[in-house]
Amino acid sequence: MSIEETKKEYKPLIVAFCCNWCSYAGADLAGTSRLSYPADVKIIRVPCSCRVNPLFILRAFQRGADGVIIAGCHPGDCHYTSGNYYARRRMTLLFSMLDYLGIERARTRVEWISAAEGVKFSTTMNEFAKTIHELGENKKLEDLRCKELLK
Amino acid sequence: MSSLHKIGVFVCWCGSNIAATVDVAAVAEAMRAEPNVVYATDYQYMCSEGGQSRIREAIKEYGLTGVVICSCSPRMHEATFRKAAQSAGLNPYMVEIANIREHCSWIHKDRMDATAKAIVLARTALAKLNLNQPLTAGESNVVKRALVIGGGIAGIQSALDIAEAGYEVDIVEKTPTIGGRMAQLDKTFPTLDCAACILTPKMVDAAQNEKITLYTYSEMESVSGFVGNFTAKIRKKARHVNEDLCTGCGLCQEKCPSRKAKNEFNMGLNTRTAIYIPFAQAIPNVPVIDTEQCIHFKTGKCGLCQMNCSAKAIDFEQQDEIIERQYGAIVVATGFRPISLERFDEFGYSQNPDVVTSLEFERIMNAAGPTKGQLVRPSDGKHPHCIVFVQCVGSRDTSGCGKPYCSKICCMYTAKHAMLVREKYPDVEVHVFYIDVRTPGKNFDEFYRRAVEQYDVDYIKGMVGKVSSHGDKLQVQGSDLIADKQIIIDADMVVLAAAIEPDPEVRKIATMLTASIDTNNFLTEAHPKLRPVESPTAGVFLSGVCQGPKDIPETVAQASAAAAKVIGLLAKDKLKRNPCVAHSDEMLCNGCSACEKVCPYGAISYMDKEFRVPGPKRTEIRRIAVVNEAVCQGCGACTVTCPSGAMDLKGFSTKQIMAEVDAICR
Repeated sequence: MSIEETKKEYKPLIVAFCCNWCSYAGADLAGTSRLSYPADVKIIRVPCSCRVNPLFILRAFQRGADGVIIAGCHPGDCHYTSGNYYARRRMTLLFSMLDYLGIERARTRVEWISAAEGVKFSTTMNEFAKTIHELGENKKLEDLRCKELLK
Repeated sequence: MSSLHKIGVFVCWCGSNIAATVDVAAVAEAMRAEPNVVYATDYQYMCSEGGQSRIREAIKEYGLTGVVICSCSPRMHEATFRKAAQSAGLNPYMVEIANIREHCSWIHKDRMDATAKAIVLARTALAKLNLNQPLTAGESNVVKRALVIGGGIAGIQSALDIAEAGYEVDIVEKTPTIGGRMAQLDKTFPTLDCAACILTPKMVDAAQNEKITLYTYSEMESVSGFVGNFTAKIRKKARHVNEDLCTGCGLCQEKCPSRKAKNEFNMGLNTRTAIYIPFAQAIPNVPVIDTEQCIHFKTGKCGLCQMNCSAKAIDFEQQDEIIERQYGAIVVATGFRPISLERFDEFGYSQNPDVVTSLEFERIMNAAGPTKGQLVRPSDGKHPHCIVFVQCVGSRDTSGCGKPYCSKICCMYTAKHAMLVREKYPDVEVHVFYIDVRTPGKNFDEFYRRAVEQYDVDYIKGMVGKVSSHGDKLQVQGSDLIADKQIIIDADMVVLAAAIEPDPEVRKIATMLTASIDTNNFLTEAHPKLRPVESPTAGVFLSGVCQGPKDIPETVAQASAAAAKVIGLLAKDKLKRNPCVAHSDEMLCNGCSACEKVCPYGAISYMDKEFRVPGPKRTEIRRIAVVNEAVCQGCGACTVTCPSGAMDLKGFSTKQIMAEVDAICR
C-alpha cells in the first residue's frame, strides 16, 4: 500500500457526546430527515452535557480519538435548568489546557443543538469531521499502550 | 462480575430501514464473537410481537443477564424493549439500545461504512451493558390537581375536560379575563357561527365549575418539582378591585376620567378607561385598574371610582399575592399573537391607519367592536368601496423578516372576511392576493369556493410589492402571476394577513418547566407523530397554538387530547420514578459540599455518620453527602464536580461511559 493510498483511507475517529433531551434528539431528527454526515462520528448518549467528565475526553484522546465534540441544549433551554452552563465552563477550561498540551483547539468543540435542529446537527458534524480530516491523526495524547492492550 | 454475564444481541432489520444499508446478519455475526455474548440474532421487526417474543424466549432459554438491541433510537422503543425484558423476568435496566437506524442506516449510504459503524455502536452498547446494574424504580405520589397555563379556548377546553373527570384544575391567565384570542373574533370559519356565541358559554362553564379555579390577571412565578409533584408559584397581580365585593356594575368604568389608554382588546383601534373590564362578557366580570394610566396612582388625586362604588370594592392598597400550590400535571396553553409588522414597511402599516391587520379587521367587523360592526375606514370613518386583502404577510418567508412556516389559519379567515364583506356590503369590491390557497380541512375548500363563486371575490395569485397613499386612496402595486403582469389597484383599505407567532411569554414558561422549544418558539412535542400533546418533560402537556399553528377545531381537539393525557396521569396513585439518579459512595465522600452547590434541584444534603476506623479510636464521625432519590432528576452535574469521585450516576456511571469511549476508540 503506497503512502498516497494510506492517506486516502484515513478515517478520523470522532466521539460525540450528546445530551438526551436536545442534541441526541437533534441527531435522531437528522436521521429521520436523512441528513447525512460521515460515519466517523459515533455518538454517546448522556443525560445532560454536564454529565461529560473532562476525564472522558482525555480518555478518548488517549485511546486514539481524533476529535471530540460535546453537544447540549441551547443556553437557557437545558432540561435540567443549568447543566449546559456547567458544561460550557468546564469545557472552556479543559480545551484551553488541551490546547496547551498540544491538542489543537479545532479537535474539540462544544455546540448547542436543539431537538428541532436536525439540519444544524448534520451540518455541525459535517464541518467538524472535515476539520478533523484536515488536521489528520491525533498523536499527541494517544497512549499506544492502551491501544496495544485492547488489540 | 462481567464474566458472569450472558448477553443476547438482537439486531433489527426495521423492514428495509436498517437492513437496506446495514448488513444485519454481519452485525449479529460480529457480536456473536464478542466476550459474554451467548446469543445473537437478527429479525425483521424487533418491536413487533414476534420480535418481542423472541427476546423473551431467548432470555428464558439462555438465561440471559442482559440484552443489547440494535434498532431505532432509544427515544423510540427503549420502553418497549424494557417491558419485554421485564416480562421475561429480566431487570428492565439490563437492556441497552444501539441506535443503528437514526444514527446509522438512515444517514449513511455506503453499506460497508454503515455496517462497520453499526458493529461499533453494538459493541459500545455491549461495553456499557457489561457494567449495568439492575435498577429498581422507586415510587412517588401523584398530586391530584392540574395546572393549566393560559385561559384561551385551548386552556378552557383542557380545564373543562379535566374537571369533568373529577379532578381539580387551576387556570392561570395573564390578562384580566379568560377567553383569549377567540373572544376577539367575530365569526368563525367554515360555519360562520359567531365566536362569542360558542365561546362565552364555555367561559361561563369554566367559571361555574366547582372543580375549576380561575387565576386571572396572574402570572407564573416559578415551577419546581417533577411529574406528579410540581410546585408552582403564581403571582396574582393586584387588580385594585376586590373580586369578592365587586358586583360588576361597571359604574367605575363610566366615571373614570382617564380615557386615553389603548384598548388592547380592540387591538388599539380605540381607547379605554384606566379602570376597565376588557369586554362585556369578560370572566370574571370584575374590572382592573391600569396603574400606569390611573390618575390616582399617578398623582394621588382623583379616586372617583372609589367614591362611586357602592360595593366598596375599590382597594388602592391591594398588593400582589403569591399563591403556592402543588400539581400533578401541567398543561401549557399560552397561545399566539400576530407578528409585529414593523419590518414590512412596503405595506405602509405603520404610516397608514387604513392598512390594518386581519385581527384589527376582525374587531372592525365585530358588532361589539370599536365601530359597532360598521365597516368604516379607521382614518376618516368613511365607508370603503374597495378592499385589498394580502395573504402570507410574514408567513412562509425565508428572507428572515418573517416566519418560515405557514400560519395555517390565514387562507381561511381571509376567505371569511372577504365573504362577510361581500355579504353585508355587496357594493364593496374585494381583491385577495395569495401565494397559494391552502384549504385542507372539513368543508374548508367548499367554503373558499363559495367566496370565489358565490360572492365573486377576486383572487389574484401574486404578491403585493408596495402600498402607498395617493390622496385618500391606497395605491396597491402587485403582480398577477397567472396573467403575468403588474397590476395597480386603488383601494380604500388594505388588510394584511399577518403571520402568527407563539406568545412571547412562552419562552419564560418553557424555561420554568424545562420544556423544549424550537427555533420558532413553538413548544416541542415528545414525538411529532405519536406523542403530539406531550412535552418531552414528563408531566407537561401541550394544548393549542403554543405547539404549532392551528385553527379552532384543531385547538379544541388537541386541548381535549392533552386533557385525556392529564386524566390518565392523575388517575394513577403512584408513579414510577426514574431510577437513574445520583448516588454517593460514603466511603469516598469527604463532605466537601461541591456537589450540593451545583445541584439544580437541591437534592443533596449532608449528614454526619459514624464510621469504624482502625486504631484506638475505633470510630469517627464524618460528614457525607446524601442524595434524595425522590428529588434527583439524574442530570449528573454533581458527578463531574465531585473531586473525590464519590458521586456517580446510576445508569450512566463514569465506568460505563468510559467503557463506551473505549469501545468506540477500539
